[in-house]
Amino acid sequence: MERKEITKGFWIKLVSAPILMFAFAFAMVPIYDIFCEITGFNGRTGRVDSEQQYVVDENRKVEVSFFAMTMGGFPVQFGPKVSSMEVIPGKFYTTSYIAKNNTDKTVFGQAIPSVAPTDAALYFKKLECFCFNRQAFKPHEEVEMTLRFVVEPELDKRIEDISLSYNFFELDS
Amino acid sequence: MTTATASHDDHHGPEKGLMRWVKTTNHKDIGSLYLWFAFTMLLVGGAFAMGIRAELLQPGMQLMEPQFFNQLTTMHGLIMVFGAIMPAFVGLGNWLIPMMIGAPDMALPRMNNWSFWILPFAGAILLSTFFMEGGAPAFGWTFYAPLSTTFAPDSTDFFIFAVHLLGFSSIMGAINIIATVLNMRAPEMKLMDMPLFVWTWLITSFLLIGAMPVLAGAVTMMLTDRNFGTAFFDATGGGDPVLFQHIFWFFGHPEVYIMILPAFGVVSHIIPTFARKPLFGYSSMVYATASIAFLSYIVWAHHMFLTGMPVAAELYFMYATMLIAVPTGVKVFNWIATMWRGSMTFETPMLWAVSFVFLFTIGGFSGLMLGIVPADIQYHDTYFVVAHFHYVLVTGALWAIIAATFYWLPKWTGRMYNETLGKVHFWWAVISVNVLFFPQHFLGLAGMPRRIPDYSLQFADFNLISSLGGFAFGASFILLTYIVIDCVRNGKPCGSRPWESAKGLEWTLEPKAQYHSFNTPPSRALIEAESQNS
Repeated sequence: MERKEITKGFWIKLVSAPILMFAFAFAMVPIYDIFCEITGFNGRTGRVDSEQQYVVDENRKVEVSFFAMTMGGFPVQFGPKVSSMEVIPGKFYTTSYIAKNNTDKTVFGQAIPSVAPTDAALYFKKLECFCFNRQAFKPHEEVEMTLRFVVEPELDKRIEDISLSYNFFELDS
Repeated sequence: MTTATASHDDHHGPEKGLMRWVKTTNHKDIGSLYLWFAFTMLLVGGAFAMGIRAELLQPGMQLMEPQFFNQLTTMHGLIMVFGAIMPAFVGLGNWLIPMMIGAPDMALPRMNNWSFWILPFAGAILLSTFFMEGGAPAFGWTFYAPLSTTFAPDSTDFFIFAVHLLGFSSIMGAINIIATVLNMRAPEMKLMDMPLFVWTWLITSFLLIGAMPVLAGAVTMMLTDRNFGTAFFDATGGGDPVLFQHIFWFFGHPEVYIMILPAFGVVSHIIPTFARKPLFGYSSMVYATASIAFLSYIVWAHHMFLTGMPVAAELYFMYATMLIAVPTGVKVFNWIATMWRGSMTFETPMLWAVSFVFLFTIGGFSGLMLGIVPADIQYHDTYFVVAHFHYVLVTGALWAIIAATFYWLPKWTGRMYNETLGKVHFWWAVISVNVLFFPQHFLGLAGMPRRIPDYSLQFADFNLISSLGGFAFGASFILLTYIVIDCVRNGKPCGSRPWESAKGLEWTLEPKAQYHSFNTPPSRALIEAESQNS
């Protein structure tokens, strides 16, 4: 018996496997994004486009606490207007965060939200949020930024407290 | 015509001088190059470890700046993983696979030369970062973003390039091994006749071509984040630092099996030889290896239990992790069953192999403990993790490499090493390695964090013991160097099958395997006589 030759097809398979896996590493970026959106993985919050009607149980209460952080010497003071709210799942609520630019220049920033516990993230939906867009803070300006949200009734009954935290990062422009 | 060329090759010895090693396409030469390179890197990475243990000898800051300590831990991990363990196994694969499957050489000899010669340059680039402004990478061998992107020194770009090169080298090595095993095997040898070292390497190669490109992708994203304004891992641009950890560990978990599967293969050769019994459960060994390889791709997030995951994901990754204990348990039980009622003798390779089974299992068990989500919340990022992965990588992977060196050194050199010195070295190493790493379990359970150059007073005693063990273990490699060089130069000539019960085609070759072996493939009868599956 003769030894086998290395065929062209075999070569193509061998070389394309690593190339495909290299591409897969980049494909993980959008896959991860979609995965986070579907599962609320990593505390990623959801979005609703209009005030939907939910079946509301008036007796159920969930405590939502608001937190704020800034990263890497972000020069704008930033914090929630109220530190917590008692909400009924299925109803829309409005609250706001206050930001004050203490510097003489315009500062640009982007807020990144995160919800804990992560199992609640999927059911914490925002209709309106300052985190949807990049924000510009004029020198010495104080702004109130609104947040309109709903906690969906599908939220696990065992969860009675939700924390929403925003982290502001400075942008160049 | 073909026969004429083949017989001409027979008399074609190696070229003379230094260029032999630069230009060589011979699998035995390249195997030796890989092994010497890996050994050099082991000593370099070991020197870094000595620095780390010297700083940790006492509480307080003694010898170095914290930043330099971080550079040492980072480079120790990178050099040991990519410079020592992986190239050592590729070296063993190069030496042994063609001899074990009755092939004259690797399928792609020129690529083989290239994949080796990339390594010294990659290693040099990586080590040169120590002399750059800002120092070497100091973010740990896992190089999590944003530590490795926003907050890293400029030398990180050199590190990225070095990782790309190392990845290229490993992928080419893996392609070569797959092509060799599937195409160059003796025509009469079926897949289930293959020795387990070949099987484990074949499966490892598939892990390599699946995992290394993902690592290349991760460092490429780091590179563009750092230099070209992308935001894969930058939250301000819509990226996510946690994504880095997912991509890294999607590579990282198969990587740990890349480093241990060939070790399983080595041990599956040595134990039957010195127990004088056929390997118990050959086919279950093959299937267990394949199952471990498959499972290694679907458990990665158990490294990330503390990043904030839904409970369902934590449960899934915990159960999937536990599942790996099943095929691994099959292997451990098979090794024990092989030894059961065997006529065992304890020559040096067997001592290493038996202690591998025992110590690797300790590392496996501490791995199971870490896989339990509620327990991991306490163990995470402590010295318990350090103890765990050193038990599986030092007394696992490295142990098997040393065992293989003693076991096949007679075949590589035609000479026998000094058995007395081999045993002295074994006991020296096995005692000191446990003095070194076992107390780290206690340190971790007591809450000592990893990667910190200083610690509270209550950790002082165990750290002192660990450091002393470390220095003794480090010194044992001086003796190992002597034993190997002494064997190559002055060893007593040995027979072609120095271990009486050893099975495998490599033992049918001359005492020192010819430069070109198996120009004519072995016969079916010979393959069956030397098969582990009988």
